[in-house]
Amino acid sequence: MTATDRTAGAAGTEPILRLEDLGVTFSSETGEVPAVRGVGLHVRPGETLALVGESGSGKSTVALAAIGLLPDNARATGRAVLDGTEVVGAPENELASLRGRTASMVFQEPATALDPLTRIGAQIAEVIRNHRRVPARQAEALAVDLLRRVGIPEPERRVRAFPFELSGGQRQRVVIAMAIANDPALLIADEPTTALDVTVQAEILDLLRKLAVDTGTGVLLVTHNMGVVADFADRVAVMLHGEIVETGPVEEVLLRPRHEYTKRLLAAVPRLAVAPTGTGGDTAAGPVGDVAEPAAPRPKYGVRARTAKPAEGGAAAAEPVVDLRDVSVVFGRRLAAVRALDGVSLHVSPGETVGLVGESGSGKSTAARVALGLLRPTSGSVTLFGADLRRSRPRARRALRAGIGVVLQDPVASLDARMTVQECVAEPLRVHRRGMSGRERQERVAELLERVRLPRAFARRAPRELSGGQRQRVSLARALALAPKLLVADEPTSALDVSVQEAVLEVITELQEELGFACLFVSHDLAVVQHFAERVVVMRAGRVEEQGGTMETLLHPGTDYTRRLLAAVPVPDPVLQRERRTARLAAGAAGVDA
Amino acid sequence: MSAVLRPGRLPGGSGPTDGADAATGTGVSALRLAVRRFTRNRLAVVGLAVVVLFFLFCFVGPLLYSTDQTHTALTQANLGPGGAHLLGTDAVGHDELGRLMYGGKVSLVVGLAAGILATVIGTLWGATAGYAGGWVDAVMMRVVDAGIAIPALFILLVISAISTPGVWGLIVILGLVSWLVPSRLVRAETLTLKNRDYVHTLRAIGGTHSRAIGRHILPNSVSTIVVAATFQVADAILLVAYVSYLGLGLQPPRTDWGGMLSAGLTATYSGRWWLIVPPGLAVILVVCAFNAIGDGLRDAFDVRGRG
Repeated sequence: MTATDRTAGAAGTEPILRLEDLGVTFSSETGEVPAVRGVGLHVRPGETLALVGESGSGKSTVALAAIGLLPDNARATGRAVLDGTEVVGAPENELASLRGRTASMVFQEPATALDPLTRIGAQIAEVIRNHRRVPARQAEALAVDLLRRVGIPEPERRVRAFPFELSGGQRQRVVIAMAIANDPALLIADEPTTALDVTVQAEILDLLRKLAVDTGTGVLLVTHNMGVVADFADRVAVMLHGEIVETGPVEEVLLRPRHEYTKRLLAAVPRLAVAPTGTGGDTAAGPVGDVAEPAAPRPKYGVRARTAKPAEGGAAAAEPVVDLRDVSVVFGRRLAAVRALDGVSLHVSPGETVGLVGESGSGKSTAARVALGLLRPTSGSVTLFGADLRRSRPRARRALRAGIGVVLQDPVASLDARMTVQECVAEPLRVHRRGMSGRERQERVAELLERVRLPRAFARRAPRELSGGQRQRVSLARALALAPKLLVADEPTSALDVSVQEAVLEVITELQEELGFACLFVSHDLAVVQHFAERVVVMRAGRVEEQGGTMETLLHPGTDYTRRLLAAVPVPDPVLQRERRTARLAAGAAGVDA
Repeated sequence: MSAVLRPGRLPGGSGPTDGADAATGTGVSALRLAVRRFTRNRLAVVGLAVVVLFFLFCFVGPLLYSTDQTHTALTQANLGPGGAHLLGTDAVGHDELGRLMYGGKVSLVVGLAAGILATVIGTLWGATAGYAGGWVDAVMMRVVDAGIAIPALFILLVISAISTPGVWGLIVILGLVSWLVPSRLVRAETLTLKNRDYVHTLRAIGGTHSRAIGRHILPNSVSTIVVAATFQVADAILLVAYVSYLGLGLQPPRTDWGGMLSAGLTATYSGRWWLIVPPGLAVILVVCAFNAIGDGLRDAFDVRGRG
């Protein structure tokens, strides 16, 4: 059944959720802040409506308002009708009987959605018994059934497990089991897969889709990820500044957007270029020269003409800026020992961008920290700019490090809140250019700020006055203060919205072309890495799974793991994504059969 | 939900200068915001006023109301309030109001200095332990645990029994017995701060440990330290009173509020309330005032909710 069939089939029925002219205003210290204005939408049984937008667009607020879960300082106006009941202004006890029975919610973070001290079976049984008069034993049996439905292996045994005994994906499955315990007519999922790795995300989306189709549940999916939308939604509503700017069927909105903002948003999404799904994995090992095939992407940023530049003769012979040889890192001792890195070898040549990818826990950040010298490897050697870090003296080691620039993930924690932007950016100069006068430093900071396309006047600002994207650019300016030969960027854009991410990546690319530093780029986002890096290193469970040129590795992966990783990434094109999903599920089924 | 409350962060349209309007509405400086939060706490403002008044009373007061606190004047002993002596006189003829000022100087100075000394020692100890980590931390904190296990009052009594300290001696002794609690606070703060990304970044580019501590960790723990110091001062004032009350503080004719209480104790049976009530009230008021200021500072710095 295709999306259009399902929508058409449901068209005659009454919507399970209808919002009309919904507005939400928050009262804060600085006065009234309107967060949502004039929102109208509906969800019919069996259909999935995706509510998309960037942070601060009010999409989560709409979801909370629909189920009457707004915080105390919020005031809702307009109408929100849930299965014939008006939610806006309804008394709390009436809402409580709706929640969990008529409509239920799946939140983003599975780690905090479950009570850590209660067995999962008991948590599910509690939800059942809140709404239905069933004996405890029967509720327990129902919980086992639910766990089986959401695909938890050995449900009879797992029903007695505590949340900490489950993986993140399994926890989210339990949260979903709780949400569907009373067969709700509407499921509200607020970024249900954002905290999960792509392969787990794909499984959870498959599960949600199956449940929605099997039971005819309507789904309101709140997300910022266009790939998830393409994978899952029948219809899409795009939010900007608290208002819906465009609504329509998923194929229309994602492939032929009408509103300026939707167009810009979609243009900013880095797209993973993929080998055509029909040919699948077996032909992938074809001629290496077929990068020119139709699916081959034009990189958004990065690679570009740069590959033609210095790389030719010099780079191959040149000594790598950083070289990890057979590095292992073990945390803890004896029984508690965890092998975070296991015989990892990787290097970055001058001027080159290497993407370090992997799922959470794969050791990619640990590898970056070893390269930075923040973590001493248990065994193996680390060479930075040709000098062995372990053999060099502290003073010499510090001098070596002047050649490194660092940008880390969290835009808030990366800058000291007590300093001005000027002081933040000038810090490396104070460490390594002792002789510099205050005036020279000020001049250099101003120059650096301009380099990252921030106004000079920002030097006097405090970090908290800046947006996330601006802060990351301040971090970048700081990283470039000493004109480094190597930039280590650990998930520099994963906390940012796509449009901001694009701007930051563009700035890095531009400066790299201009200044010629090498870059070790750590990311979980394959699409970003594909556009940004010349070479990729795929990590898994502390080991290097495979490495090679970006185009070869990410279009025609050599290992099963990379292939699965790539297949799990949802692309923001509903038609293509549905093909990919079918192919992935078929491959999965074949794998089980074999 | 906080994301919804900041419309300034909306990306939308302005290309590379995303959220250029982010700064609108945050024109208030951090200091002014802190002052505003402090003054919103009524009790803290009252506390500050009380402390200021007591300082004026003890240090400026004697200039306006001069009395002889060194020589005894037995002809003037045990007079009730009124007449030439507003608060009466004690058993050896010292003017009680003047004595309240004279003793207050010692109480306030010793309390303040001992509280600050304790905070400084505690901060250095805690920051070192927290930053070094590993076995250094383990050893240093076991020392603190051991210190906390022994009641401070007990140590004070033992020391006082061996020697009779002067003002400086009191300050040092009190400082040395009460740095344990601030050291724990600062260590906890250091443990979180040393793992901030900006400290990692500094270390990665070759910044020194002293720079990490001096430029990032201590400045960011200032609010915790200042709040802790305020409570330390209150505690120290109370401790001085304890010690002197037990007769182990300064020797006459020098005195402080605790000493005055001790001297006046016998007088209560003969109804000479003016020897007990004023110093007692003074101690209670000042200690409560410092605690209220501490609470206000905690609100002002918003110690927990900092980004």
